Amino acid sequence: MRLLLRAGLLTLLALGATFLLDPYRNYQLATATGVFAAVAGLTLLVGLTGQLSLGHGVLMAAGGYGYALTATRVESAIEGTPVADGVGGRLLPLLAGVAGALVTSGLLGLLLGLAAARLRGPYLAGLTLALVIALPSAASTIPGLAGEQGVRAPFVPVPDTLALLIATEQWHAWLAILVAACAVTPLVALRAGRAGLRMRAVHDDETAARLAGVDPGRVKAGAFVLSSLAAGLGGAVLAIVTQQVSPGAYGLGFSLLLVVAAVIGGLGSLGGAAIGAVLVTLLPWVVDQATAALPADLGHRLQGNLEIALFGVVVIVVTVLRPGGLARLFPDRKPFPSHVLSNTVR
Amino acid sequence: MERLVFLLSTGLARGAVLALFALSLVIVYRAARVVNFAQAALAVVPVYVAFAITSATGSYWLGLAAALATGALLGTVVERRLMRLVPQDNPLAGIIVAIGLVMVLQAGLAIAFGPDHRPVHAPFPQRPLEVGGVGLMSPYDLFVLVVAAVVMGGLALLFNRTSLGLQLRAAAFAPETSRLLGVRVPRMVTLGWTLSIATAALAALLLVPTGLGLDPHAADVLFVNAFAAAVVGGLDSPAGALVAGLSVGVLVALVTGYASAAAAPPAVLALLTVVLLVRPQGLFAAREARTA
Repeated sequence: MRLLLRAGLLTLLALGATFLLDPYRNYQLATATGVFAAVAGLTLLVGLTGQLSLGHGVLMAAGGYGYALTATRVESAIEGTPVADGVGGRLLPLLAGVAGALVTSGLLGLLLGLAAARLRGPYLAGLTLALVIALPSAASTIPGLAGEQGVRAPFVPVPDTLALLIATEQWHAWLAILVAACAVTPLVALRAGRAGLRMRAVHDDETAARLAGVDPGRVKAGAFVLSSLAAGLGGAVLAIVTQQVSPGAYGLGFSLLLVVAAVIGGLGSLGGAAIGAVLVTLLPWVVDQATAALPADLGHRLQGNLEIALFGVVVIVVTVLRPGGLARLFPDRKPFPSHVLSNTVR
Repeated sequence: MERLVFLLSTGLARGAVLALFALSLVIVYRAARVVNFAQAALAVVPVYVAFAITSATGSYWLGLAAALATGALLGTVVERRLMRLVPQDNPLAGIIVAIGLVMVLQAGLAIAFGPDHRPVHAPFPQRPLEVGGVGLMSPYDLFVLVVAAVVMGGLALLFNRTSLGLQLRAAAFAPETSRLLGVRVPRMVTLGWTLSIATAALAALLLVPTGLGLDPHAADVLFVNAFAAAVVGGLDSPAGALVAGLSVGVLVALVTGYASAAAAPPAVLALLTVVLLVRPQGLFAAREARTA
């Protein structure tokens, strides 16, 4: 209950903050929010169960494709019927799309999770890496995904009642925040509860966990599915904001950036994930702005590369010197809520 | 039939490069018990050096020598100055640091040399030779096969027939015992990295003329395919890397030839998934237990 209250307050706060930003900043906020949902899923997966996925970009893409295809179908299905003109007509494609994103990312996550349940560190990382490399081929071979150019996601216009008050970008930022809240709140609840305890137990000592009646395979697969669902919702957010999904946007570089965001923020920390997501969204833009002033050739070379190099250095430094990431810079909270421990140990 | 023969022989040449790269992954895995996810980026840097030297002097062989030397140096420096600092309590730390290194190296190369593909010329013609009217491999493919065979033979001699090779193997399998017997284990780990990156650089150098050209991501797909090969063969097993590398090369050539180039990565992904699920220790691994 307290958790829901806190989630609601934070969401309202974020929604209110969109009034302070201009349209472009709201667009950036919406993008960062989508990335945040995926990084939150990833950071819990790595931090709590010790499974490193280099392929969360693909899970986001799965969510994005699921959203775009379902929303387009529903939109054309209700077109011309009386439903289409009301508020329901506006929201129905959106809700159906989000559900579609959950289904596709959940299914792919389940497949990967079943593999993850039997694999350790480098094997899972290599498998997910192969998945990222195979994404463009998959997009061009699977019918309906339209290859390189990708698929279009329907535009979600501002509802009439709000149209006087807010611009499209702000409306999209609202949607992004609401969807991300739906993705992240369950993660927080699970982490604080028994499921989180089981994940830690499996991570720390699989044999001991098994002796205590915890099935490590099931816990790992479950964690992977949850993390995939969060990533899928993040992908749906990006599809809403950019109105399209293409394999080029979810290449290896993007998947690695998600890992970078999770590492910089501190593995396992959701607040850190938020900071990491904002950093990986904003730094490329800052570098763009900065290099625009440089001579064309040098600027062209630095563009899109300088921030990658910087992120690489930061990831190395953080991992070697300060494995807790940014989250550890602030005073530590209790590592684990005491009431959960006493409930379970009893 | 002619097509099949052509695809098989080209596949063998590609497979030889894959086997060489997979072997480099096996060497570093045996030495340091890590899967080096930075192998592709580390292998491409020497290729750039070779490219620069070859364009400056006009000699392919000087470039080749420079690539081997740079690879060896890079492997040594990365192990001594970076990987040794990685905290050992978390098995993922090494992978994450490797990812950071990939980002630094690839972005650095793109900044230094520009993001474009640079065409690289092979030292031998790439037109297939015809034997009895059937197109077989090109002279360059033949060169690749010979170089790969010589290097793998040399490494096999080094590991199996010399005292240094014995120390390398001992340090990998029983570090504590070897230390007591006077083997300098940290030095052996460094040497493993040196050999591994030099081998990987050679594989990348052999690969580049057959692809689109040289760019910072030129070895990424090679890494993924070689990782699949190394896992199929068992990460511990050099012989497994050889057989699996050749097999994956032939598989990729057949899938590319009969289906499309786009079907190759999903095929490798499917192979990797099946092997990991059915026999995660690989087809050739001798030992059951694996810690990483």
